[in-house]
Order: sequence, then C-alpha cells, then structure tokens
Amino acid sequence: MAVLVVADHDNASLKDNTHKVVTAALAMSGDVDVLVASAKVGEIAAAAAKIAGVRKVLTAESAELGQGLAEAVGDLIVGLMGGYDAVLIPATAQGKNFSPRVAAKLDVAQISEVIEVVSADTFVRPIYAGNALETVQSADAKKVLTVRPTAFKAAADGGSAATESVPAPGAPAKVHFVDQKIVKSARPDLGAAKIVVSGGRAMGSAEEFQKVIEPLADKLGAAVGASRAAVDAGYAPNDYQVGQTGKVVAPELYIAIGISGAIQHLAGMKDSKVIVAINKDGDAPIFQVADFGLVSDYKTAVPELMAALEAAGK
Amino acid sequence: MKVLVPVKRVIDYNVKARVKSDQTGVDLANVKMSMNPFCEIAVEEAVRLKEKGVATEVVAVSIGPQQAQETLRTALAMGADRAILVQSDQDLEPLAVAKVLQAIIGEESPDLVLMGKQAIDGDNNAVGQMLSALLDWPQATFASEVVVEGGKAKVTREVDGGLQTLEVNLPAIVTADLRLNEPRYASLPNIMKAKKKELAVKELGSLGVDTKPRLKVVKVTEPAKRSAGIKVETAGDLVTNLKTAGVL
Ligand SMILES: Cc1cc2nc3c(=O)[nH]c(=O)nc-3n(C[C@H](O)[C@H](O)[C@H](O)COP(=O)(O)OP(=O)(O)OC[C@H]3O[C@@H](n4cnc5c(N)ncnc54)[C@H](O)[C@@H]3O)c2cc1C
Repeated sequence: MAVLVVADHDNASLKDNTHKVVTAALAMSGDVDVLVASAKVGEIAAAAAKIAGVRKVLTAESAELGQGLAEAVGDLIVGLMGGYDAVLIPATAQGKNFSPRVAAKLDVAQISEVIEVVSADTFVRPIYAGNALETVQSADAKKVLTVRPTAFKAAADGGSAATESVPAPGAPAKVHFVDQKIVKSARPDLGAAKIVVSGGRAMGSAEEFQKVIEPLADKLGAAVGASRAAVDAGYAPNDYQVGQTGKVVAPELYIAIGISGAIQHLAGMKDSKVIVAINKDGDAPIFQVADFGLVSDYKTAVPELMAALEAAGK
Repeated sequence: MKVLVPVKRVIDYNVKARVKSDQTGVDLANVKMSMNPFCEIAVEEAVRLKEKGVATEVVAVSIGPQQAQETLRTALAMGADRAILVQSDQDLEPLAVAKVLQAIIGEESPDLVLMGKQAIDGDNNAVGQMLSALLDWPQATFASEVVVEGGKAKVTREVDGGLQTLEVNLPAIVTADLRLNEPRYASLPNIMKAKKKELAVKELGSLGVDTKPRLKVVKVTEPAKRSAGIKVETAGDLVTNLKTAGVL
C-alpha cells in the first residue's frame, strides 16, 4: 500500500511534525511519499527529501496553498489520492482545517488525532478529552487520518528522496484570503519544545503574564503556553492555549503556574514526561498529575525558582 | 437571511468520562448531559446576528435521541426561532452527520450554517469541513469573529501561530471557536417561551441518507493513569529534583 504524508511547514521551513507523521506512516507501509503544498516549496521540499524512509516528495506551489485555504489544499490531495491508499495529515489547526474535506470527497471516514498505529487499518485515538482511548478499524478503501504528532518519535534524517512537482489546483472561487497575523517568536515551537512553561488565570493581566512566565521560559529555553482562562482574558495570544481544544504538547518538562488543572487543560499536557505544578491551592487538581508540586504563591515561588536555576548554573 | 445551527447533546463538560468495564464505550447512564459548548457558542452567534437585524430566522437542528429535544429547547430559549430533531438512537460518525445535515439543508436552504468546531465527546473536529465539501459551499473554521455583510461573511480564524481573516461568499459554513463569544444563560421567561416554539421531529430513516458506520470500534480503554508525585517544599528542592529527573 502507498501512503501520502502531508508536510507541516510555515511556508519557510519544514516542521518536525512532518517527521513524526512519517513515523506513523512507516508503521503502515514502506511506500511513503510526502506532499509539500506551499507558496514556496524549495527549502521545505529539500528538507522533506532528507527524511529517512521517504520514497518521493511531491510539491505543489500556489498562493492559495501558501495561505492554507482548505478548499485548495483539500482539492490537491483528493486529486492525488488515486495513487494512494491512505493519507496522513498532522493534527494541527491547519491540518484539521482541510483533512475532513478530503475524507468527505472520497466518501470515507476521517480517523482523527491518531496516537497509535495498530495495523494498516486499525488505529487508536483519544476521545472525551483523552479520558478514553478508542481503537477503531476502518473498512474504507482509502484511509484519511489526522495524526497527533506528539505521540510519535520523529523519523531521522538520512534519506535522499526524489522530488516531483504536481500541478496546483486553481484558486477557490468562493473564498478570499484577506490577511493573516502570525506572531513570530524567537522561542521554540509550543508543539515541539523540550520544555513548556504555562501560565493560567492566576496571572491576572497580560503584563503580569509577560513579567512572570516569559522570563522563566527564556531562562529554560522553553516555549510558552497558557490555559484557556488566560487566553480568554487576553493575558496570552490564542495560539498559546494548551488543551483539549487547543494545542497538545508532550515535552520533557511541563511547568504549570497558577493553572487549576481542568479536564480540558490536562487533555493537552498529561503526556508530558515530567509535570511541575506551582499553585497556592494544595487541593488543585493539577497536583493529581504533577510529578513535583510546589504549593505556593507564584509571586514568591517564581522569583525563587529563577534564583535557584541561576544558582544551579542555568 | 436564514441561519441554521446544528447542535449536539453531549456529556457535560464538567463531567469526567468513565470507560465501561466491558470496553465497549463510555458510560453515559445517569451522567449529566448538556449542549456541546461549541454549539452553544454557535447558537449565541446566530442569535446575535438576529438581534443585529442581519439574520431573519435562526433554525436549530439536532441529530440524536429523543432527549436531544431538551438540547433544542435550550437553543430555543437562547433565541433560536424553531427547531428540528432528526431522531436516531444510532451514534453517527461525522461523515453521516454531515450527510444528514446536507439533507436538512436541502429542505431549509439557509444562507449560513453556524456550528461548533468540535464536539467534546468524539473530539473529531470534522463535520463542518465535511459539510462544506459535500455542499461545495465555502468554509471558515475556528472562527473568533464573524461579520456578515453584502452576501459575504468576513471571518477571523484561530490558526497555528495567530489569526487569519477570510472572506467567504454566502451560503457558507462557519465553525465556532472558543473566543467567538460568551454564550448567554437563557432567562426564565425565555425558557417558558421556548416551550411554545415549533420543534419538528423527523425520523432519521425518512431522510434516505446512508449513515452506515465506516469504522468498527474494536474497544474503548482507559488511558494509562498518571499518579500524583511528591510535593516539594522550596524552589531549590524543585530544581534539585528536576536535575535528578534529568529534565534540566
Ligand atoms: C469546550 C471547552 C473547551 C475548553 N478547552 C480548554 C483548553 O483547551 N485548554 C484549557 O486550558 N482550558 C480549556 N477549557 C477551560 C477549562 O475548563 C478551565 O476553565 C480552564 O482550563 C481554567 O484555566 P485556569 O486553570 O488558568 O483557571 P482557574 O481554573 O481559575 O485556576 C486558576 C488557578 O490559579 C491558582 N492561583 C490563583 N492565584 C494564585 C497565586 N497567586 N499563586 C499560585 N496559584 C494561584 C488557583 O488556586 C487556581 O487553581 C475549556 C472549556 C470548555 C467548556
């Protein structure tokens, strides 16, 4: 069987999510191709060609693909599916935007947020905010999966796949791109960072969030996350939200500061290797999943933590 | 302008789902059920469009068991004008839901479909996009702002890394994200009024839609439990422990 993996990128470089989804694809088949759909495929495609185990890299270039218009990306993939038995798409906001279109046009089910490939037709996925794991077997001729990247190890580099360009579909007629505000950050990507420092409602203001959470993150070389409450209140940008309906992270170290640990938040971070919670309420549910809990006001705990890290040579 | 709002009855977001011991699914007996929170946001947005004079009619539709009538009454109490229940005890997959909605849309011809981006039970995040593909109507998912004007909807969307704004021609499918609005609580007088609003019930079978499942649920299991660790006394102890754990 042949499997197509759709690359994750920001129109400039290939994201590590792609390597992780390739690992999932290789668990299904040895024939894995990667599709790079972008405004400018050059460097992204070159990086994808280096992933070990990839047979071929397909590239398609257009403004609409770069804007991630679901109609354009979806049509492109549907057009290619004659040659594939399955398509694996990273479960990012972008991937989730077009993936169900592909499933609907092929008249097959979408299997969402796959965290384990049991066999080429059987997969495990979380449901109910990760409180249950569902194993499903697909009877469809073609499989459309979104894959949760944090559940798979990144495939290594070391390959040298050939690259082949395919025509981009025409611009969708009924949707127009107006603009986009993407925050460029020097910090690591939330989904890929080894350490994540997240702040919650306790911060009380955007200024406080920036004063408390960001310096700690920078000291640790960490990405910054937030609870929904912190995002809703405007303390942090929307794409910082960690949780069931935000980003799912699984870093080596997750530090939750002033976050209570609601089911929906836990769904996005409970697979982290080590969890630290700083919360002044010793009964906060976050402590039930934390490896190390510090029951303290963050206003004293975080400066002390900064100092202790300094003393430890960080 | 007519707005159609699909709504789903799901486990209440405050309740932690428990897996059945025979691994056939999640135990929903005697569990509090509510309208899916994202559907609530969609209803709120539709009602606001009506209050602004942009929408003329808001129709709520649900596919589900008889008890989903309660969910529809909630939508009516929030301000929807009438409701349709497509009654079925089957647990439909997203593709089937999209096809049923397509059939209802064929009868109702709305100008805009406003719906939640995801249901918090299946966590699929798929129906809106599927519906858009089936109907060949444009889609704008994960909306945090919707402005309807001159036969178009200008939608700001939550995307990886920030926000994107799209303009879609109507009719269109828009799916709601958390920041679109804060849904109202229905007032007592409105709950009373909602009891008198029209709620039509159709049998799923009467629509002639193929809703056969494509996926076989092999089993439903509990995820590995994380056990609580230790409480440390000071930030210094924390750093020592993190070094020992090898994560610093
Ligand atoms: C449909 C839906 C989807 C959702 N999706 C998500 C999601 O993806 N991600 C998410 O995070 N949430 C999500 N939520 C929201 C979730 O239910 C919680 O409301 C939210 O996570 C709470 O955020 P919080 O922990 O920051 O705030 P709170 O629950 O208010 O907790 C604040 C914590 O800070 C502590 N605190 C206060 N002051 C201090 C201090 N000085 N020092 C130390 N500690 C202090 C308090 O003890 C408390 O535990 C969702 C909800 C719904 C309905």
